[in-house]
Formats: sequence, structure tokens, C-alpha cells
Amino acid sequence: MSNRKIRILLAKPGLDGHDRGAKVLARAFRDAGFEVIYTGCHQTPEQIVGAALQEDVDMVGLSCLSGAHTYLYPRVAELLREQGADDITVVGGGIIPDKDFQPLYDAGLKALFTPGATLESICTWIQENIKPRD
Amino acid sequence: MEELGKRAMEGDVRAASRLIRNIEDNIPGTNLAIKQIFPHTGKAHVIGLTGAPGAGKSTITDELIMAIRKKSKTVGVLAVDPTSPFTGGALLGDRIRMLRHAEDTGVFIRSLATRGAMGGLSKAVGDGIHVLDVMGKDDIIVETVGVGQQEVDIINHAHTVIVVLVPGMGDDVQAIKAGLMEIADIFVINKADRDGANKLYKETKNMIGMGKWSSGWEPPVLMIESVMEPHSFAKSVAELYDKIEEHYQHLIDKNLMADRAYRKVVTELNDALRSAILDPILETLSASGDFDEMIRKLMMKESDPYTLAEAVAETYLK
Repeated sequence: MSNRKIRILLAKPGLDGHDRGAKVLARAFRDAGFEVIYTGCHQTPEQIVGAALQEDVDMVGLSCLSGAHTYLYPRVAELLREQGADDITVVGGGIIPDKDFQPLYDAGLKALFTPGATLESICTWIQENIKPRD
Repeated sequence: MEELGKRAMEGDVRAASRLIRNIEDNIPGTNLAIKQIFPHTGKAHVIGLTGAPGAGKSTITDELIMAIRKKSKTVGVLAVDPTSPFTGGALLGDRIRMLRHAEDTGVFIRSLATRGAMGGLSKAVGDGIHVLDVMGKDDIIVETVGVGQQEVDIINHAHTVIVVLVPGMGDDVQAIKAGLMEIADIFVINKADRDGANKLYKETKNMIGMGKWSSGWEPPVLMIESVMEPHSFAKSVAELYDKIEEHYQHLIDKNLMADRAYRKVVTELNDALRSAILDPILETLSASGDFDEMIRKLMMKESDPYTLAEAVAETYLK
């Protein structure tokens, strides 16, 4: 029986090692019935994009708490575009000031989740917005 | 779908990863691509890595990739982690140990979820190996889920099976039980700096000493100490890779490759028959509501599984 399952890559770019949030999300995604590839901390955008292509994911979720999201998140989106893989949705989370929202959306991010976003709301957003690519 | 097969054979990463996804998701038409690539398969050395959860399979795989790349060979990895029996979701975390290879174009790593398969692998592993093979990977590492005693399907797919053991998991009777302890071509005692490693080494050697090794290959037992000492760890894993190559050469020299190939094609034919015959019947039963009705009858003790199955066979297999 054919069954497209949503596949998500969850990664922490840059130098911050606070991965509790990412792990909680990974667990929540598992419980929501998604396949989540968790790749851990300290990654370059190039590594993240390399993994996303090999894993054929539908979405890349980025977590960064160091303040470097304004460079790292757009860079991931840019590299995916360069690889002809802009059909992979990029979303981000972390401590993101309001003023950074629009530039990140302009750079290609489809959603941003900040402290206070519930696990349920994030999973619901994914279910409504991420369709496994045919 | 043939287009995907063609591009995978040219080494295209996106085509290969998409093809593996289609195999996993059981997308109609995927068989066309498999039919197309099948004649070109059989070139790669398939290395299986199995052992208990947390034994160090992913960490050893990471270092093995290094050893393989140092010999200027390319490598594909299929890393399997479990699917939740409750939600169908999965957390695939083997890649965490293999980050440093993410930009190396000679390395292709793919995580697979078991999706209900019980033998330590995913159903997609057999065809996934074919895809990596036609991509031109010299070596293919298949890392199983963390296994117990009985999940030994890896022997149907790998030329060389490595069983990773760690100290502290049981006495010498565990070592002579059937299942996992029988399938190794090479044993690794990982975390060998921990208490109990020498005892485990002796027990494993004793177990091997009781066996008859008619093929002429007696499984070696390698000790690998903590990854916290990266230099000695790398050296030990490089030695492991030498043993792996030695084993492959042994299979070739003694004309044993055919035995391994035989196991693989028997498995593949069984799987293909199941998906060509049983799966469509199950799908029909489920769509018509007959499956639910049979479940209801069983719950109410109105019938038994054998009577129901015989009735289905009567209808569909005549």
C-alpha cells in the first residue's frame, strides 16, 4: 500500500550547543507520526543541505539560540535553491527578535517559531503546510 | 520512474534519494526503476553492522567511512532506526555520528525507518542497496537497528557481517545462544576499555573455538577502545576495515560469493512474491471493509483466523 510519510530534517547550525529544544521537537515530531532525522549541533549550512538532499526530506527545521539565525537560516535556504531543491521547505525556531521576521521570510523561510509556540501548534502547522513531495 | 533509475545510475544524489524514498513509500511504478537497475547490481561490497542499541554501531560506521575514503573508495550507508509501533513516526539519529562526511561527494548516507519490519532492517534495505550499488559506491555499509538476539535479517543482504558487542551484557551462556552470536564474520568488542571486556573476549573466543568453520574463515575478535581516544580508535577501526577486506577476499578466493548471493535472491523473491500476491489481497480486503469485518468476527469469537484465511485463499488464489 503506498504511503507517503512526511520526512523532516532537524538541525542546529552554528556554534550554540543548547539542543534541549531541538530534542523535544524531535520527540514531538516522532509522536506526530513524522519521520524526523535529527542531526545534532554545530553544523554548517553546507552540511545541513548535504544531509537534506541525501535524506529526501520535505522540510528542514533549524534551531539556533545564539543570534546567528540572520545569517545561518537564509544561507540554508540559499544553498537549497542553488541545488535546485527549493521544493524543500525551510522553517526556523529559536530566540528571534520581531525585526528579524520579515528579512527571514524574504530570504525564503516559510515559518518561524519562537518561545511560547506549543508543540501542538508546530505539528499542526506542519500537517497543514507540508505535503510530501510527489 | 525509469528516469529516476537512469539518473541514479549516473550518480545523481537527488534521484537516488528520491528512488529510495519511493521504495520506502511503496509508490506505484517504482518496480519499473528496480527492474531497470537490477541487471547492473552486484558490484559493491556490502558490509553489515549489527549489535545492541548504543553498542557503538554509528560511531564505528563513521570511522569506517574514514578508513574506506582513505583507500580512495566511495561508500554508501543505509542506517536503520526503529519506527514507533504506536504513531508510525520515527526518530532517525544515526547521522549525528557521521556529520563530518556531509560534504564529501564520495559518501552517501541515508537513514531508514523500520516501518514495521521485524528483522532489524527496513523492507527498503534490499532495493536500497541496489540503488547505492548502481550509483557506483564501492562499499555499502548497512547499519541495523539496535538488535536483541533474533533480528538477523542482515545476513540476507551483507557479504560481511560485523557483530558489535559491549561488555556487561551477560554471562558465557549468552555467548553460545543461537541467533545473533552465530551470524558474525567479524566480532568487535567495542568500549573495550571498560570492565568486563577481557572476560567477554574470552567468552567470545571460547564460543568460536567450539564451532566448526568449514568455509575456512574463523571469525576474528577485535577489541576497540573508547572513541574518546580518537587516534587509537581510528587505528583500531582501520584494522577492522583491513579484516573486512580480508573477509571479502576470502569469499572471492573460496568461491563463497554465490552462497551470499543465493541468500539475497531468495529473500528478494520472497519479498517480491509477497508484494505481488499478498499485499494486493490485503489492500482489497481493507478497501472493501472485509478486513474489519473479519477482525470483528475474531473479537466476537464468531470465527477463527484459520477459517477466515482459508476463505480468503479460496476466493483469491483459485
